Amino acid sequence: MALAKRRFPLPDSQTIPGQTVAVHGEGHNPALLHHFAEQQQQRDAASLGMWIFLATEVMFFGGLFCAYLIYRLKYFAEFSAASKTLALSLGATNTAVLICSSLTVVLAVYAAQHAKRSMLLGNLILTIILGFVFLGIKAVEYNEKFEKHHVPGPSFQFNEVNIPGHPGQYANPSHAQIFFALYFVMTGLHALHMIIGIGIFVWLLTAAWKGRFTPQYNTPVEIGGLYWHFVDIIWIYLFPLLYLIDRHP
Amino acid sequence: MATENPQPERVNYLNKEYGVGSWLLTTDHKRIALLYLISITFFFFIGGFFALLIRLELLTPAGDLVQADTYNKLFTMHGMVMIFFFLIPSIPAVLGNFLVPMMIGAKDLAFPRINLLSWYLYIIGGVMMLHCMLTGGVDTGWTFYTPFSTAYTNTKIVEAGLAIFVAGFSSILTGLNFVVTIHRMRAPGMTWSRLPLFIWAHYATSIIQILGTPVVAITIVLVAVERTLHLGIFDPKLGGDPLLFQHLFWFYSHPAVYIMILPSMGIVSEIIACFSRKRIFGYSFVALSSIAIAVFGFLVWAHHMFVAGISVYAALIFSLLSYAVAVPSAVKVFNWTATLYKGSIHYDAPMLYAFGFLGLFTMGGLTGLFLAALGINVHVTDTYFVVAHFHYIMVGGAVMGYLGGMHFWWPKISGKLYPEGWARLAALIVFIGFNLTFFPQFILGYVGMPRRYYQYPPEFQVLNVLSTAGATVLGVGYLLPMIYFLWSMRYGKPAPDNPWNAAGLEWKTASPPPTFNFDEEPVVTWEAYNYEQLDGARKEEVPVAG
Repeated sequence: MALAKRRFPLPDSQTIPGQTVAVHGEGHNPALLHHFAEQQQQRDAASLGMWIFLATEVMFFGGLFCAYLIYRLKYFAEFSAASKTLALSLGATNTAVLICSSLTVVLAVYAAQHAKRSMLLGNLILTIILGFVFLGIKAVEYNEKFEKHHVPGPSFQFNEVNIPGHPGQYANPSHAQIFFALYFVMTGLHALHMIIGIGIFVWLLTAAWKGRFTPQYNTPVEIGGLYWHFVDIIWIYLFPLLYLIDRHP
Repeated sequence: MATENPQPERVNYLNKEYGVGSWLLTTDHKRIALLYLISITFFFFIGGFFALLIRLELLTPAGDLVQADTYNKLFTMHGMVMIFFFLIPSIPAVLGNFLVPMMIGAKDLAFPRINLLSWYLYIIGGVMMLHCMLTGGVDTGWTFYTPFSTAYTNTKIVEAGLAIFVAGFSSILTGLNFVVTIHRMRAPGMTWSRLPLFIWAHYATSIIQILGTPVVAITIVLVAVERTLHLGIFDPKLGGDPLLFQHLFWFYSHPAVYIMILPSMGIVSEIIACFSRKRIFGYSFVALSSIAIAVFGFLVWAHHMFVAGISVYAALIFSLLSYAVAVPSAVKVFNWTATLYKGSIHYDAPMLYAFGFLGLFTMGGLTGLFLAALGINVHVTDTYFVVAHFHYIMVGGAVMGYLGGMHFWWPKISGKLYPEGWARLAALIVFIGFNLTFFPQFILGYVGMPRRYYQYPPEFQVLNVLSTAGATVLGVGYLLPMIYFLWSMRYGKPAPDNPWNAAGLEWKTASPPPTFNFDEEPVVTWEAYNYEQLDGARKEEVPVAG
């Protein structure tokens, strides 16, 4: 049986140049967990873990997209009629807001990697603000749905709504209700992911404030950013699928 | 013969710390594996209790022990508990958790805290399920078929759904942890082609857990929303499509069967190689067949829906693909058989379970081909033939493998030897009890006894009595290992580091292992299953343990 010496016998002061290392447990760098051999391995593991988690998220939303596709093909007229009741301008604004937030996230990751503290803090704050703007606009939209009785359930009403392009034909309320059910489940789960994302970024902000991130250790910013981008991308799909059905100039 | 050991006991993962807190807050994958072992055993006996009541009711043709409503709840809760709270976590969360880091030479899983989180999610889901059962239960069958589940039944659908939703995330996190660990934490020299087949099997299993579970999670969310708000997402009366529910449900729940059987196949590969003292025949074929099963497993789900009203062409394609998934499964069986050929075979208890697995899984698999055939499927749909088929896979396959693995690695886990004579007896009892329980059900189903009914015509009684008698024998077979494993923890002889002279990194560390598994990080310079080399060097047989 061949057992060799550790691959990475270097003391911490040599593996992390330019950083003062507090004595911690078995003499590790505090940011390096005990079961990893080196910083790079830990970073790769965290990054791969987040990518795999995003794969599960793709499948999670994928089930909804599949249901959406089936019913859109089956009840296109109602989907078109119901889609036109959504507030296009608010949805478009929110799309712009999220794209901007993706930019601030990229800048935050850059700042963390290059030890630009104020840039990091500023972009994290901007991201959080943009996240709240998105949720605020979404709340306005939801409120409008409640007022119009477009929320699926016992009080749902979609009576005598014309099918676009077919004057005199009314949309079937049950089928329109399926559209709104999917609308609320999809945007609701997306909003839930936004709330979790804001929570993550508030945590990143406090850690950044304490100066936890260095050019050597900034994995949380990076994988938090991955998550935020993913949530953005979901919206990039949701917006045209829900708001832009059968819209012609 | 008691061996005197003057030296103080070495520090290992079991005796390093004591107290409840040291267990409930542990991030050691080996301790979490034991937490899982205790919890899934608990749910196994709950599920088994429901099975016992089902078999007692079916002892006589009349409905005398329970009435229809209770019976519906019994088989539903039996299915839900056994599938979501025992079979799916069983091998990955217990043996996988314990062995994956050790087999690849790592100190722990990549995310130890997420590993602990997954156990807590499992427990939260389990408590919700217990609460649901104690306050009325569910009567839809474990499949939640709509619109019955969303519009008609008045049992606790939403609560049971949420319990499964939460437990599902525990399963996802375990899979995620394994994939990252296998990619990123291998010891120097542990290349992909040197990985034990147990690791390949868990890699394939994890892929299914990661990609399949979220789909059933979102399906459960839709069911809960539809039921709470009385919507028509899956209710045809309101324009919904019940077949869409079945597609989404089986997209996970068919591959879920491979979550149960693939890890078991990994265990059988380890055991057969060790107890025939040979390198596994066709290593790369066995390894890649695991991946092939995971991939093909995702493409066969609609064979559960042949009589539900899908198009003939869709049915044809799904039938064909279901045959295709038999190919990698058969590759494994043939390779195991070829490994046995001219091997120096030892009939220790783990090997008896592996033999049991070989026979029972083959029968379960071949009857699966009957079911994949469109014509026969119509004849036997929703009969006891189906029940017998999937029990041959899930119990005859998955549980036999699980028990084999528990015996094989028990010396490593507990540091004690189990009593070998009792273990062989138990293996035999399980095999006989299992066949006596489920073989009559093939015949019952083929001659037309439907599943999920609490009464049946008197001409079916003889076979049903045989089945119930078998279930009693099987129950004894399952109780025995639990008793002697517990007994061995106190009274068993101390296990040497490698009681089977087995290959594999987990045998190169102490029994039980230290907290970080290896005192020095291992460097791998040999191929997996180098038994010819090992035995050549040692020139000795496997010592009979116990």
